[in-house]
Amino acid sequence: MPIQVLMPALSPTMEKGNLAKWLKKEGETIKSGDVIAEIETDKATMEVEATDEGTLGKILIPEGTADVAVNTPIATILADGESAADLGKVSAPPKAAAPPAEAKAEAPPSEERKAPSAPAAAAEPDAEIPAGTEMVTMTIRDALRDAMAEEMRRDPDVFLMGEEVAEYQGAYKVSQGLLQEFGAKRVIDTPITEHGFAGIGVGAAMSGLKPIVEFMTFNFAMQAIDQIINSAAKTLYMSGGQMGCSIVFRGPNGAASRVAAQHSQDYSAWYSQVPGLKVVAPFSAADYKGLLKAAIRDPNPVIFLENEMLYGHTGEVPKLDDYVVPIGKARIVRSGGHVTIISWSNGMSYALKAADELAKEGIEAEVIDLRTLRPMDTDTIVASVKKTGRAVTVEEGWQQSGVGAEVAARIMEQAFDYLDAPVKRVSGKDVPMPYAANLEKLALPSVAEVVEAAKAVSYR
Amino acid sequence: MASPKKSVAKEAGQDKAHRSPPEFTREQELTALRDMLLIRRFEEKAGQLYGMGAIGGFCHLYIGQEAVVVGMQMALKKGDQVITGYRDHGHMLACGMEAKGVMAELTGRHGGYSKGKGGSMHMFSKEKNFYGGHGIVGAQVSLGTGLAFANSYRGNDFVSLAYFGDGASNQGQVYESFNMAELWKLPVIYVIENNRYAMGTSVTRSSAQTDFSKRGDSFNIPGKQVDGMDVRAVKAAGDEAVAWCRAGKGPFILEMQTYRYRGHSMSDPAKYRTREEVEKIRHDQDPIEQVRNRLLAAKMSEQELKAIDAEVREIVNASADFAQHDPEPDASELYTDIYR
Repeated sequence: MPIQVLMPALSPTMEKGNLAKWLKKEGETIKSGDVIAEIETDKATMEVEATDEGTLGKILIPEGTADVAVNTPIATILADGESAADLGKVSAPPKAAAPPAEAKAEAPPSEERKAPSAPAAAAEPDAEIPAGTEMVTMTIRDALRDAMAEEMRRDPDVFLMGEEVAEYQGAYKVSQGLLQEFGAKRVIDTPITEHGFAGIGVGAAMSGLKPIVEFMTFNFAMQAIDQIINSAAKTLYMSGGQMGCSIVFRGPNGAASRVAAQHSQDYSAWYSQVPGLKVVAPFSAADYKGLLKAAIRDPNPVIFLENEMLYGHTGEVPKLDDYVVPIGKARIVRSGGHVTIISWSNGMSYALKAADELAKEGIEAEVIDLRTLRPMDTDTIVASVKKTGRAVTVEEGWQQSGVGAEVAARIMEQAFDYLDAPVKRVSGKDVPMPYAANLEKLALPSVAEVVEAAKAVSYR
Repeated sequence: MASPKKSVAKEAGQDKAHRSPPEFTREQELTALRDMLLIRRFEEKAGQLYGMGAIGGFCHLYIGQEAVVVGMQMALKKGDQVITGYRDHGHMLACGMEAKGVMAELTGRHGGYSKGKGGSMHMFSKEKNFYGGHGIVGAQVSLGTGLAFANSYRGNDFVSLAYFGDGASNQGQVYESFNMAELWKLPVIYVIENNRYAMGTSVTRSSAQTDFSKRGDSFNIPGKQVDGMDVRAVKAAGDEAVAWCRAGKGPFILEMQTYRYRGHSMSDPAKYRTREEVEKIRHDQDPIEQVRNRLLAAKMSEQELKAIDAEVREIVNASADFAQHDPEPDASELYTDIYR
């Protein structure tokens, strides 16, 4: 029976790719291991090798086709003795198993966790963007790259160091092109040695340079957390103000997709507890750019938490020569008078979708993107809660001692008399992140949980 | 049977380490004597103030190891940076930081180098290029490598000195730093102060390789064992290492064989070694006595030497007086210097 070749997933978070080139023609013989096509993802161009033998019967997706979804049939291979006449009776390789029924029951099928969409056009105008500013659409990945490039052009003391940031162009292609523009002196590939290079970065910062230290993911920064906290965060205080360090630690934080417990942890709460650090965790492309520029300029150590799931997402970024978003300011992304939903980073994707769902039922949610976790913009939260009287926090991290717990405490301390219901927290479940697709989905927050929590605090 | 080459090489190395170093000029001898005496008298006074309750927390004294920092400092030029661990009072004084500012920090007063917010293990001076004072064992090695990285980035010819002990030598980040320092040819001198005990654990009980000059072998970093009780030997080794680094050849390791007379900290009864061991080294190898004896042999009078001691004591007494009378930091300082 002829065999279908499917569009392969070439990374844990890949959803689609471009079929750049066919290297075999219809009718050509194919051996296992032959490179048959080239596929471009948003990170790289990859070769597709045949795993079956036979003849390339039919090319289903012509070269040059963009945005081909993973698992789409792209070609058919005919086995020995088969001919074009057999093309109709194809067998597809097995796809991923469907999640068991009980998982479906709790996570609504409408919710696609792997692809949280970019925020809908903001209901609230952004205070930092002058009216009439031209907007350009770009990926968050490119917004980060542009922010670094602009700051490196502006200040020769700014440099980037980390694993695979230079020649490989970034493990997630965030630093694409920086080596070519700034050279190996300022875009520095390190060995796999987080503790050591974090310390070297802090030492360089103490002497006045402004390093951007990229961690391939924040999971690996655990190896370096002593230098981040004991050296970077505390030295200004311990030196009586004499010696501080201007340094950015950045990289993807939180859950990616199907990489299990050691590669899926949210450090928002960990770093946001530490005086001396600033902690930024943006959601929109514009904020990724404007806040990274602010972080690089900040004279203090800044933890810049990115989200791998968002790297490929596009958003509107103002076309301004120098777009800087101040650290420490939350943003009301959607206004509403019935309930306040507070989140940040990828948590916002659940929050905004939930707000859409709630609107259908007549509940107008005000959605606040914290953007910065330390210093936290308590005023914006409290002002909103005074208006709505109800609040829900949404985070991918664990609940105990989490950022949501901190937000709830601040609301209780500063707006208790305005509350019409106890604050509810939607969070990652209290378990290490599982690998199985259905369990992973259950471990993360869902739109349904946010909707449910918002209704609960609204007594609906 | 032919003797194995390895042991011959080792003997040659040992021999080299203990060959008598180049003589000092009279001026150099006097500088070394004065600077070492300042550290010794300062530390004795700090120990006394600790006993009186004026200094709190941890207090790690440098007595016995003075020749290391003083000799190394003589090999540096202005602009070179120094960073060390928690046994740091001697390093600060050797860098030219004022005794009264250091002592007032020990007593937690406003006039201390960190306004009383750092204490014994956390003092800094941008002006004197002293980058701390770090309480986490081994952390200063990566940080010091970062200082060298900055020199290299800026293209200047300054050298950074990262001091650490035989105990810190077993920390992982030390080797991560060695690797990058050699890979990127960073101008950093790793000064391993081998005082034989990591707190209460002797080097033979904690280290598989007790020749610390070889700790950079896997990274091709040259190393040298130095008699750390002889300030002239330290200075000579420092000159060699500094020249190596300034020439752009990368890092250099110096194992300073030294000894601390006091316990690890003030609360250490030092039961892990005998009184005789301490007394013998004190009697035979004391770094200050060595200089005094050479000066006496060169016809300097006891009177002149006593005058130096008196001058040093005056500085130390003034620092202790200041440190006990300076006010504590204002309560408002609690919330300053967290961000800038």
